[in-house]
Amino acid sequence: MDRLKRRNILNNIMLTLTGICTVLTSSVLFLVLGFLAFNGWRSLNWDFFTKLPLSAGETGGGMANAIVGSGVLILIAAAIGIPMGFLGGIYLAEFGGKTFSMMVRYTADLLNGVPSIVIGIFAWTVIVVPMHHFSAWAGGFALSLMMIPIGLRATEQFLRAVPNSLREGSLALGASKTRTILSVIVPAAKQGILTGMILGVARIAGETAPLLFTSFNNQFWAAKLGEPSASLPVMIYTHAISPYDDWHRQAWAAGLVLLTLVLIANIASRWVLSRGASAQRG
Amino acid sequence: MASAVVTAPPQSRPRKLTNFWRDGDQISHLVTLLFAASVLLVTVFLVYELWIHSGPSRAKFGFSFLTGKTWDPVAEQFGALPFIYGTVLTSFIALAISVPLGVGAAIFLAELAPPKLSNACTFFVELLAAVPSVILGLLAIFTLVPIMRQYVEPFLKDTLGYLPWFQGPAYGVGYLTAGIALAIMTFPFVISISREALLAVPPEQREAALALGATKWESTWQVVVPFARLGIIGSIFLALARALGETMAVTMVIGNDTSIHTSLLAPGYTIAAIIANEFTEATGDVYLSALVELGLVLFALTMVLNAAAQLLIIATTRKGSRQD
Repeated sequence: MDRLKRRNILNNIMLTLTGICTVLTSSVLFLVLGFLAFNGWRSLNWDFFTKLPLSAGETGGGMANAIVGSGVLILIAAAIGIPMGFLGGIYLAEFGGKTFSMMVRYTADLLNGVPSIVIGIFAWTVIVVPMHHFSAWAGGFALSLMMIPIGLRATEQFLRAVPNSLREGSLALGASKTRTILSVIVPAAKQGILTGMILGVARIAGETAPLLFTSFNNQFWAAKLGEPSASLPVMIYTHAISPYDDWHRQAWAAGLVLLTLVLIANIASRWVLSRGASAQRG
Repeated sequence: MASAVVTAPPQSRPRKLTNFWRDGDQISHLVTLLFAASVLLVTVFLVYELWIHSGPSRAKFGFSFLTGKTWDPVAEQFGALPFIYGTVLTSFIALAISVPLGVGAAIFLAELAPPKLSNACTFFVELLAAVPSVILGLLAIFTLVPIMRQYVEPFLKDTLGYLPWFQGPAYGVGYLTAGIALAIMTFPFVISISREALLAVPPEQREAALALGATKWESTWQVVVPFARLGIIGSIFLALARALGETMAVTMVIGNDTSIHTSLLAPGYTIAAIIANEFTEATGDVYLSALVELGLVLFALTMVLNAAAQLLIIATTRKGSRQD
């Protein structure tokens, strides 16, 4: 009986430990949110959204150019990444043969796993080197490379989830394959694909490493897309490692703004997805 | 697949409209094929560009680049070893923390927790994975580094200071701090993928073990976990790939020191961090191409790991479905 007792004790200890692991890991998100909300909220003011950064060491100013810059970079990235991911995904789900599709799928997973800093080097060699200077184009291109595999896999996954009876029904009515895809299959998978794209945008919105030597940074407004551009993540980085207290304050504020946007996008897309799933079931 | 099953009925007489739409099918096939192929092309092009732009460095140093210990931009002597060491060491620290923690949490979430609680916790953990790394770096600089400097590192030195790994001054920044920051970024992967793998284990396995008189822990540890082991290992590989390539949070707390230290408390460097710090300041072809070559090394490392992880995860899901 001693042995049974020992086994039961071990059982209880180990199960408690797994519970502790869960509490520890789940609470990290709230620690992150708490610290950021506490420090960021104190630092956030109207100037942050409307003014340009001041030179190092001066108190005040904001990050208006970085907010707009991030928006522009994301737009460029989305304009390249979403169509490529979407059309590529349609190929994989609707047209693809076996070997070639598998290669594309595998490469997309590889591209998804390429460290973001390496993506930055690639964008630098392709755009910054020929142009001889940093530009918003290069930054947007780097971000789009991170978006393509996400959009591709999301599109494929949700197109495949569309029941075959819908395809057969449409084809039986005499619709062509293109018509079937455009009018029946894509609309049926619309919600999921949209969600995937939003998640992709949320992921690239916080990327810093690919921007360091593509869009670089800018203390002023970027007049053209061919000029270096400020962005929120790079601003957070440069301000956080600077020795100035007021810049630290701004970094916290920028962090709070960025994280709020990213989390809203994540939560909203999950909510839409779960609602869609329950609506289909019911 | 659907396309193979459903084929249009043979046309008895050609009609203009259907012909047009059939051509349309071919056009859309071609267009989407081009976009799918561009993913392949871009990736191949990426490797090609890295290879070309690292040319001067590869020509000058050859394979000794990987084993060289000096990084001296002034003398144009470049060796990657301190950075490879730093990358591997910080990733190892990260896994040493995140794997037990993550697998433990995954076991709790898959085996013990009621579904609602399990889903909620997984949701929180997956949201944590969405937090941009620069924000975790910001938090690490202003919260983790002071805590490490004032409490954790002096404590480690007092208790384990006789070991070579816990010696030297407590700077707050260094391998250990970077490893902890990486652990926070990697355990979401371990938890969410391991949980899926554990949930895919057929309930009969558990029931059989319990019916033989095993305790809940024994059935979990000796039956369920081994059954899901490939998926769990796959999740660890993915976490490792992420840790190796992670840039921002590490750059902010690694300490930027280009020599090799045994002590975990010492400042160091990782591949991604030195690229981030020195790329825009690099002057001269050899310097730049040495940094690009570091990128190539990093790419190769993560590529191999990712490929292995994908294969493992595919193997588990296949096995799971066959068992069903």
